[in-house]
Amino acid sequence: MVDVIMRVWRGDRFGGDFAEYRLPAQEGEVVLDVIHRIQATQAGDLACRWNCKAGKCGSCSAEINGKPKLMCMTRMDQLPEGPITVAPMRAFPIVRDLVTDVAFNYGVAKQVPAFAPPPRPEGGYRMAQADIERGQEFRKCIECFMCQDVCHVIRDHEANKTHYAGPRFFIRFAELEMHPLDTNDRRELLRQKEGIGLCNITKCCTEVCPEHIKITDNAIIPMKERVVDASYDPVAWLGRKILRRTKASSEEAAVAGH
Amino acid sequence: MADYESHDYDVIVIGAGGAGLRAAIEAKGRGLRTAVICKSLLGKAHTVMAEGGIAAAMGNVWPEDNWQVHFRDTMRGGKMLNNWRMAQLHAQEAPDRVQELEAWGALFDRTKDGRILQRDFGGHRYARLAHVGDRTGLEMLRTLQQRAVALDVDVFMECKILRLLSDADGVVSGAVGYWRATGEMVVFSAKAVVVATGGIGKSWKYTSNSWECTGDGHAMALWAGADLIDMEAVQFHPTGMVWPLSVRGILVTEGVRGDGGVLRNSDSERFMFGYVADMFRAETADTEAEGDRWYDDHINNRRPPELLPRDEVARAINSEVKAGRGSPHGGVYLDIATRRSSEYIRRRLPSMYHQFMELAGVDITAEAMEVGPTCHYMMGGVRVDADTGAATVPGLYVAGEAAGGMHGSNRLGGNSLSDLLVFGYRAGIGASDFADGRSGNAVPNRAEIERSIAEALAPFERDEGENPYQLHHDLQDTMQDLVGIIRTGDELETALERLDELIFRASKAAVAGGRAYNPAWNLATDLPAMLTVSKCVTLGARDRRESRGGHTREDFPKADPEFGKVNLVQRQAAGGGVGEEIKIGPEPIPEMPPELQTLFEEDH
Repeated sequence: MVDVIMRVWRGDRFGGDFAEYRLPAQEGEVVLDVIHRIQATQAGDLACRWNCKAGKCGSCSAEINGKPKLMCMTRMDQLPEGPITVAPMRAFPIVRDLVTDVAFNYGVAKQVPAFAPPPRPEGGYRMAQADIERGQEFRKCIECFMCQDVCHVIRDHEANKTHYAGPRFFIRFAELEMHPLDTNDRRELLRQKEGIGLCNITKCCTEVCPEHIKITDNAIIPMKERVVDASYDPVAWLGRKILRRTKASSEEAAVAGH
Repeated sequence: MADYESHDYDVIVIGAGGAGLRAAIEAKGRGLRTAVICKSLLGKAHTVMAEGGIAAAMGNVWPEDNWQVHFRDTMRGGKMLNNWRMAQLHAQEAPDRVQELEAWGALFDRTKDGRILQRDFGGHRYARLAHVGDRTGLEMLRTLQQRAVALDVDVFMECKILRLLSDADGVVSGAVGYWRATGEMVVFSAKAVVVATGGIGKSWKYTSNSWECTGDGHAMALWAGADLIDMEAVQFHPTGMVWPLSVRGILVTEGVRGDGGVLRNSDSERFMFGYVADMFRAETADTEAEGDRWYDDHINNRRPPELLPRDEVARAINSEVKAGRGSPHGGVYLDIATRRSSEYIRRRLPSMYHQFMELAGVDITAEAMEVGPTCHYMMGGVRVDADTGAATVPGLYVAGEAAGGMHGSNRLGGNSLSDLLVFGYRAGIGASDFADGRSGNAVPNRAEIERSIAEALAPFERDEGENPYQLHHDLQDTMQDLVGIIRTGDELETALERLDELIFRASKAAVAGGRAYNPAWNLATDLPAMLTVSKCVTLGARDRRESRGGHTREDFPKADPEFGKVNLVQRQAAGGGVGEEIKIGPEPIPEMPPELQTLFEEDH
């Protein structure tokens, strides 16, 4: 078989450039296989993250020919002929080569108020399959963070990271808000601190999701609607003023989240 | 003197898979200063790869199910080599641990009346596996991760632990390692240490395991003077992908068979009917019609032989391929396409559909999959006290795949995730109690710290030497060829010689570049554990001169009742290491009390 030419970004937070590697093609390989062969034969210190090599752990995200993809699920024979570029995700600081510092995401995860069910009844909780299917869709997320990588709000505006959770966490919020048993209310937190209003629904996150989660349609838009209902609906506002709500109020939840 | 940062905790947990996180949640919940240390990012541990489900006798689908039946299935699946007390606790407590996950946010598939749905799996008499499609491990790991985050457990990510540390009295008191991102050294002192490092599969060429599964915990416990048991008991999962070569070994869930898939050879014959061992004959269908009826009626029919325990199925596939009845790429066919609707397959097995479509270009709703055995799971491990997870050296607790005994010589599918929960929880309590009872600060031995750091950095000092990737490659060839699914005495002796050569060569490993995120160096520091554990597996396999569960000897093809009474125990003197002597010998397995023995009387 012919050779493949790989242009792999090498460097660290101070800078770097693409390095070219040429090696014989092998049948059925994915991009991660070729990276591993480069490591084993040409550049032992080429840094990349990976774990499961089966599209289930979300470790090996990279920008292949400019598009965020899992290296383990991108077959070489499905890429166009010619040199293939592999670069780290651009929205996060570089650690080394293809490895980025994704601490931002783990920081946002800590801000999400936890699931809060009522005490377990005798015989266990009961939930209908139909009522949990949407939540199950969001829980397919493998935390590859490619949706965070392509989201313009983060990718093009570093400063937004202090007040914007990003698509991965909008589906986490949506999952909890739509959970049949949950008693927390996270809407005010989503509006004030997590910046859901900044999303302008370009659907880049949905397009890039390797789990095919409909992030924009099924999570972000419904959550935007719920936030708007909670904050700007005059009837609901009046209702809140007059009636004491049994659920922890949005404001309380927002405070508790910090 | 070496340069390192220091952290002090009551309990440190090494490993952030299901067992490690469950242990950390328990310790933290009890108010102890707790940290989790993991080689990868949080949420990437190999637990995410578990597909089928969590075995727990909740009786949601078959009310006839209970812990005694689960206990019996587990012991028989393990060919009675299991630690009975572990198997008992596991069967009794798994339902509570599953319910707990639900209270922390896990969304399991539901029965029609809204309870947790349970699916069929090999070796389990009743449909018993709580699951979420075929991504149960991800659901479980994410739930535990989110619970640990909610409890504000400290997590040290991408931090490789090199060695456990003891104090002057020989009590395990911490660990030394390095940050992968920078290569800087770090020392943890702790009043108790939980090892939950998972499996060892990366020593084989075809494995379902990720790069992390290098047996770090098994090796570090041995070096610290702890006993290991039954290290020869390695499970080869019957159904891994076989093609394309680059994905060979990746797991195909047993759920495919649980949901109706069958195995066929190149003659389209359901060959498993020809491989039913006497032990399982009474409960296995002898016609295809009966097997097919069983899916809907477990009471009046017996289970199809495709759902025998994994060791039986893996050996059968191996025999078919050897007899020339294999598929074009050296496996057999796993067919669900002709047996279930496309809609059903995509709903029940979405990630299998995705995996075959993307990686092999095979549509499993229309064609059969090609599958074959792949190194999957380590039944052997650190000898522990069933109730507390305590190893045989004080201060050390072990849970999950790194611990031995629970599964005997063969693990049933679904019993791994439940094992992680039950014994992660128990080890968390055990370690917490030990830490609470320990007076004064934990003070790790300085010489051990200095020695570990010097050993780890040695590959940078050599300008020329062995390439760690080549060493790993040669190790995988050795274990695949000589210590695989079928073993013989001569080949095992050869393997021991080759392993000693590899241990010598690894002492000459050299790496170029810096310490920051350097995979060649990271691999070089994984090799001592991989080589140690490979040697333990080979020694155990040499000395267990019988065939039992995951351990098959061509030269001793039958189970020997005398060997059925003993664990093969391996140990080193405390402060051991990769090249140092390993003592091995048989010791009696704990005897089952009479009230549990009666559960097996129908077998005789």
